[in-house]
Amino acid sequence: MINTLITTATGDWEVIIGLEVHTQVKSKTKLFSGAATSFAAEPNTKVSLVDAAMPGMLPVLNEVCLEQAVKTGLALNAQINLYSVFDRKNYFYADLPQGYQISQFYHPIVGEGYLDIDLADETTKRVRIERIHLEQDAGKSIHDVHPDKSLIDLNRCGTALMEIVTKPDMRSADEAMDFVKKLRLILRYLGSSDANMDEGSLRADVNVSVHRPGTPFGTRAEIKNVNSIRFIGQAIDYEVNRQITLLESGGAIDQETRLFDASTVTTRSMRSKEDAPDYRYFPDPDLLPVMLTQDYVNEIKGGLPELPGQKRARFMKDYGLSLYDATVLVSDMETPLYYEAVVTHLAKKDGAKMASNWVSGELFALLKEHNLSIVDSPIGPQQLAGLLNLIGEGQISGRTAKDVLEDMWQSGKEASVIVSEKGLVQMSDAGELEGIIDKVLGDNPQMVEQYRSGKDKLFGFFVGQVMKVTGGKANPQMTNDILKKKL
Amino acid sequence: MTDLVALSYGALRQKLLSKSVTVQDVVTQYVRRMAQTQPLNAFVTEYTDQALNQAAEADRRIQSGTARPLEGFPLAVKDNCCVEGMRTTASSKILENFIPPYTATVVKRLQDAGAIVLGKTNLDEFAMGSSTITSHFGPSINPWKIKGDTADLIPGGSSGGSSACVAGLSSLGALGTDTGGSIRQPAALCGVVGMKPTYGLCSRYGIIAFASSLDQAGPITRTVEDASLVLREMAGHDPKDSTSLVYTVPDYTKALGQSIKGMKVGIPKEYRPAGLNAEIAAWWDKTIQWMKDAGAEILDISLPHTKYALPAYYIIAPAEASSNLARYDGVRYGLRVPGGSLDDLYAKTRTEGFGDEVKRRILIGTYVLSSGKYEDYYLRAQRVRQRVTDDFTQAYKKVDVILAPTTANTAFKVGENITDPLAMYLQDVFTVSTNLAGLPAISVPVGLSNEGLPIGMQFIGPALQEERLFQFASVVEQAAQFKGIGQ
Repeated sequence: MINTLITTATGDWEVIIGLEVHTQVKSKTKLFSGAATSFAAEPNTKVSLVDAAMPGMLPVLNEVCLEQAVKTGLALNAQINLYSVFDRKNYFYADLPQGYQISQFYHPIVGEGYLDIDLADETTKRVRIERIHLEQDAGKSIHDVHPDKSLIDLNRCGTALMEIVTKPDMRSADEAMDFVKKLRLILRYLGSSDANMDEGSLRADVNVSVHRPGTPFGTRAEIKNVNSIRFIGQAIDYEVNRQITLLESGGAIDQETRLFDASTVTTRSMRSKEDAPDYRYFPDPDLLPVMLTQDYVNEIKGGLPELPGQKRARFMKDYGLSLYDATVLVSDMETPLYYEAVVTHLAKKDGAKMASNWVSGELFALLKEHNLSIVDSPIGPQQLAGLLNLIGEGQISGRTAKDVLEDMWQSGKEASVIVSEKGLVQMSDAGELEGIIDKVLGDNPQMVEQYRSGKDKLFGFFVGQVMKVTGGKANPQMTNDILKKKL
Repeated sequence: MTDLVALSYGALRQKLLSKSVTVQDVVTQYVRRMAQTQPLNAFVTEYTDQALNQAAEADRRIQSGTARPLEGFPLAVKDNCCVEGMRTTASSKILENFIPPYTATVVKRLQDAGAIVLGKTNLDEFAMGSSTITSHFGPSINPWKIKGDTADLIPGGSSGGSSACVAGLSSLGALGTDTGGSIRQPAALCGVVGMKPTYGLCSRYGIIAFASSLDQAGPITRTVEDASLVLREMAGHDPKDSTSLVYTVPDYTKALGQSIKGMKVGIPKEYRPAGLNAEIAAWWDKTIQWMKDAGAEILDISLPHTKYALPAYYIIAPAEASSNLARYDGVRYGLRVPGGSLDDLYAKTRTEGFGDEVKRRILIGTYVLSSGKYEDYYLRAQRVRQRVTDDFTQAYKKVDVILAPTTANTAFKVGENITDPLAMYLQDVFTVSTNLAGLPAISVPVGLSNEGLPIGMQFIGPALQEERLFQFASVVEQAAQFKGIGQ
């Protein structure tokens, strides 16, 4: 258990956080129209008559979006509702052509579930999911292009969103950020959303309240439309501070909707509960209720990909990796694929642990240095395995291998080629090594004397001398063994 | 040349195929008749030049022996059905200059079957009304007059323009839409046939929505056969409308003239309230006698929740309308009245663009959906709707069809009733139950009142039993020998 209480001069405060994560459903077309989904297309080029709410146009459900929501629900251990209904959420806005958003208010497609997040102390914490529903995105209002007009871009209008609503189960900004990170990873593994915050395909409404431990929850503020994980953390931190300061100075929290301003890292009031719009939800008469069969759900369940948690457990079991190492490897889509390809090409299977260290150590460092993702790595998994095999066979030392890796990166040559071209093959001939060691010991009689009289630290000096003479090629393990024997 | 505008399509088609007349002859006569009947104000916009061009094309098809099922059928289209390139206003100022770049599926199918659109017909603004009085373009006039009186009468509504032009011989047939009686009521008041199909039989794509769960397009014609021909072409599944039924449309003409011997006709006691117009009651009895004469069995039935249908309808329909009409905001198309802010623009545009009745229904609809009212009004109305539906389900265990008057009275004078919206809402008392239950119904003219005004009776059938309705309607048509204008 990690202590998440906040202690001030007046005592402890507990923070309560719930999230509503809006994520764009991965689909070629929109939720109810045949128009293509798009990012960064010319304004108003991906708009159908339905999206523009022309008179007499009707929505037709895109079944791909439905399947994506069911997949997501299953991955979050949630109840799939075989009966769900699309409702209209009525409000006027210039980028909402219908004058209502089609959403699922009364009967969402996915019911209760949960997601376990990892805490820093290697324990897990369960965050319960309240519901997931499908809804349409609105268009975009652009207020800063024309001096006295607002421009409307309807490209995004009608794009499918999933809204994933949690129970108020998170207790710190870290937990909330970890939840979104893990959720994002699962969505990507599922292929149900790109969950790309830069492209606005993942946004969160953050509900925050504080209270004294053991007392009822405090009044919450809802921070709307926070569009990065970092901002979620910042918004929570700011809001928690604001609420505690306000309460400690005798004030009260208003139930209100607030906006996060990333430039000042503050939140400010947008509207109070009293001003909350009445959305007049009612079932959309243009759409029939969605009736699924258990067979349909089972079929989707059977086709789910291996999810990050499952993959991590398998890596730990099959490759003997630690929780930490396995977590690092599965933290995106591509690294585990790369890693397993390396393992496939290893001559000795017990090298899997070393492969993990090399992938998340040396290779990651190079990738980071060159600002590349693993799919663009000039060193492929088979090549890296070749290098690791040389270490495994004792041909080169780990130290040499690091230089070879750099060379491979630059030249694109195979490790074995570099090693033989540069004569880097490790000196592993016992007779030859003994001769060199004898000479080193013979050249340094005083040191030998001191070592033998108890100055153990000098052992490193002798290893260094051997490496110096051999140009670093002496097999380190053998060097150690022979030195110990002779000393 | 005989008066071609007085012929049914069956009679006309024989002449066309035998090449004794051309489609151009027919359309030319209709265009002339449209000019003569201009005072009826049946059309909002006429497309006579286009119609004449299409007539030439139709003649080429007939010449080459490739006539389609409705080749050369002169058709008027209610002005809430979008037709590509033709102004479509819903008789509202807010869409006064709206020209859609797409065609409603039902119109497209009729055009593809050879129908020629003569123009767009007047309606109550956004189909909200029973008289066409709420049209921005002024009321249409019923071609019928009280004997010895020149006063203008309303044609009913909301498909008043469609009914007036078909009755007045300025179109052979017309498309209407029926949300609470808007096809059947004006058809009855104008002495023509009006068919409201099962909800979902005809696509709503491209039809300007009033109340999505109730709206259904259907034909208005002078004969039962013409209605069956038109419905057959316009009906059927449309993937662009999620509420459209997957159903193989039968050849309805096969049902015409089939014996109803031994079939059971239900007479609902709730449709004979104390104070029912005596003439209408008498014509109802006469129609019942025709049924008996044809060998049908008459059963008294009860639809106990009928009295709750009208209040439920006036909650559900405005609720949906308040949301459906939110898109008319002055941002993308239609009327825009500039404002100092976005809210100001909305307020000014909608204040100026919508008439009083539309505003009234938006207000009612907004109210019944608002927080705290939703359960008491909207949900309760939905429960009533279920009870009304259940009434019919019970009834159809005993009877094949239900026979009742279409309206509670004959056409009233322009200027009457307008001050009392509730009195106007009562116009729908015999028709709304059908819409709430999603059932098909057909109104057939049976005779004239003592004043010389048409009276209609309706058959209500189980879902997708349009064939049966045409069967019964053709029996009444035979028995009644109703003489329309010019017959």
